[in-house]
Amino acid sequence: MNFLKNLSQERIVFALALAIFIACSITLGGFLQADNLIAIVRSVSVLGILAVGMGIVIIGRGIDLSAVAIMAMSVAWYLQMLQNGVSGGEALALTLAGVVAIGLINGFMVAYADVPAIFATLASGAFVYGFCRSQLIAQDATPVPAGNWINELGQIPSRIDQFAQIHLGEIPVEVFIFSGAAFLAFLFLRFTKWGRYVYLMGDNFLAARNMGIPVRPMTVLRYVISALIAFSAGILTASSLHSINVRVVNSTLLYDVILVVVIGGIGLSGGKGGMRNVVVGALLIGILQNAMTILDFSNVYQNLIKSTILLIAIIVDSLLNPRDEQTAQQGDI
Amino acid sequence: MRLKGMLTAVALTLLGTVAVNSAANAQEDPGPAAYQKALQGKRVVLVPMAMGFDLAQGWAAYLKREVEGWGGTFETRDPNWDTSAGAQAITDLISGSQKPDVLVVHSPDLNSYSKLLKKAQKDGIYVVLVDNPMNYPADAFVGSDWDRLGQLEAEAAVKGCGENSSKKIGLVQGDAANASSIYQYNGIMKVLEKHPDFKVVAKPFSNWDPTTSRNVTTTMLQQNPDICAIIDFWDGDATGASAAIHDAKLDGKVFLVTTGGGEMVDCKALEDGTFGAVVMTDLANQSRDMNAIIKFLLQSGQPAGTSKTYIYTLEKATTKADLKPSTCWDVKALQAGQY
Repeated sequence: MNFLKNLSQERIVFALALAIFIACSITLGGFLQADNLIAIVRSVSVLGILAVGMGIVIIGRGIDLSAVAIMAMSVAWYLQMLQNGVSGGEALALTLAGVVAIGLINGFMVAYADVPAIFATLASGAFVYGFCRSQLIAQDATPVPAGNWINELGQIPSRIDQFAQIHLGEIPVEVFIFSGAAFLAFLFLRFTKWGRYVYLMGDNFLAARNMGIPVRPMTVLRYVISALIAFSAGILTASSLHSINVRVVNSTLLYDVILVVVIGGIGLSGGKGGMRNVVVGALLIGILQNAMTILDFSNVYQNLIKSTILLIAIIVDSLLNPRDEQTAQQGDI
Repeated sequence: MRLKGMLTAVALTLLGTVAVNSAANAQEDPGPAAYQKALQGKRVVLVPMAMGFDLAQGWAAYLKREVEGWGGTFETRDPNWDTSAGAQAITDLISGSQKPDVLVVHSPDLNSYSKLLKKAQKDGIYVVLVDNPMNYPADAFVGSDWDRLGQLEAEAAVKGCGENSSKKIGLVQGDAANASSIYQYNGIMKVLEKHPDFKVVAKPFSNWDPTTSRNVTTTMLQQNPDICAIIDFWDGDATGASAAIHDAKLDGKVFLVTTGGGEMVDCKALEDGTFGAVVMTDLANQSRDMNAIIKFLLQSGQPAGTSKTYIYTLEKATTKADLKPSTCWDVKALQAGQY
């Protein structure tokens, strides 16, 4: 009985991931090879990085639906400027300024104008996409110029190999960046004053404000962090494909990011969960996608299976963590 | 008598000149006037799947120049890969006050626009389908025979593998609804039936997304490291497959075949070995075919919906060995009016 009481969604998902993992190891040849395991982590690393940013926003009781648009459009704009002959430093500074500006706008709309996060970021995401696509970018796919630092990113592990004589060359750089981002976010959330504020605000916004926590600047900060993380996920995508295709904005990537966060156990009502949940959620999705690809499932079935698992996770979560007085008063986002 | 004779001669000469002159008048070419009358002020609208990729930009640049050249007007609508936005655009066009005379449609799948296009034809608008065929007979289809295109890809893959290879081929399909994906697959299978020793070991879908293509290709190569060729169904996502091949350190061992618009990126990828072979759309000739059939329909006098013409673009699988300076086209140069 005690075991059942401690059965949080995170543990369920972890157990589920483990079960699927064991089943795949037994039934699918080649699944357990080191290369395949690395491939699994790599395939979810961009998703995972986006989920780190989304996780921080959701823990503080918000949501950022503009993340994928920021990710694709900022990097596409940066590359387009390089193509148009703008110098590298200037292009990067402009792009970063744009990314921070969108984060600020999102934050201001939510914190100061009291626009619900879901509408504010939905609108700003659509605006970012529409504005960049019509005004700044010539084509859906923008290539990375040869010799650009983005292309060199992939060489980092082998550089470390040569430099420090540690054998890292087999591990793709995406894995390092995903784990690095998750670890930094973990440190931020657990060990800084600002990180603790995120939890307090997510748990009870009004109480946090009454305590004297600067809730409005904190909200703005979260959206700026989320925008910057989205930009780095875009850089990583461009480095692995040598180009960025803004069609990704129309894909299911944004829903997959929310799926990773929610499935991992960060409740949409805010105030709970952490980076461990993001990693667990990302691993489950990675294992599932890998297994379904090995089994040659079509997209329709892949989406069906993913959504079924999400539904189960939500139902189990609401059974295990029933709404209490406090969440009922605040309502969901 | 002499005077009379001379006068007669003069009169006859004059008459003759008049006669010759009037004969010359009668021989004036009636073509240009008829051409102008049929085409002047006609409105052509292109509704592609999106405006932001090489083929659509190429068609639009070419058609704009031609249509405006013969005195018509040319417009585009950009549904941006959204089928319902495309349907809305077509609905607005056919219910608007100034209807187009010709709709050039790049369909996202086999069926979505059928009813709308039927209505357009009923309203007297000619419908020309480009690139993606539909389960619906438009006035004309201009584009690839995707079955044949798949055959060309499979032949290139078989050749790229060679006789002494593992003879294992992987496919990265587009999606399960798009005609270009379905017919491409059929064509590939037809050729592989003739080569029973070749085997398709995996055929995941990319949903036309390079990141997905990369992930599924990575998994495919994990499972079958001895694959000798991969056919990715579009150059837009084949960049993902090529990244996966590179990551698996199989450069030069896996022959990557794809199809694409034949823009400069395709030639660069062939040049540096990213792609082994590309079945390229001959965009200039394809656009010329479109323009020709539009001009024909507008002059034919036949009601919309009465002709069912298929004009397939001649294609071949291009490899590095076939590259010439003129093999690919450049979207910027085309928009600037070259070609």
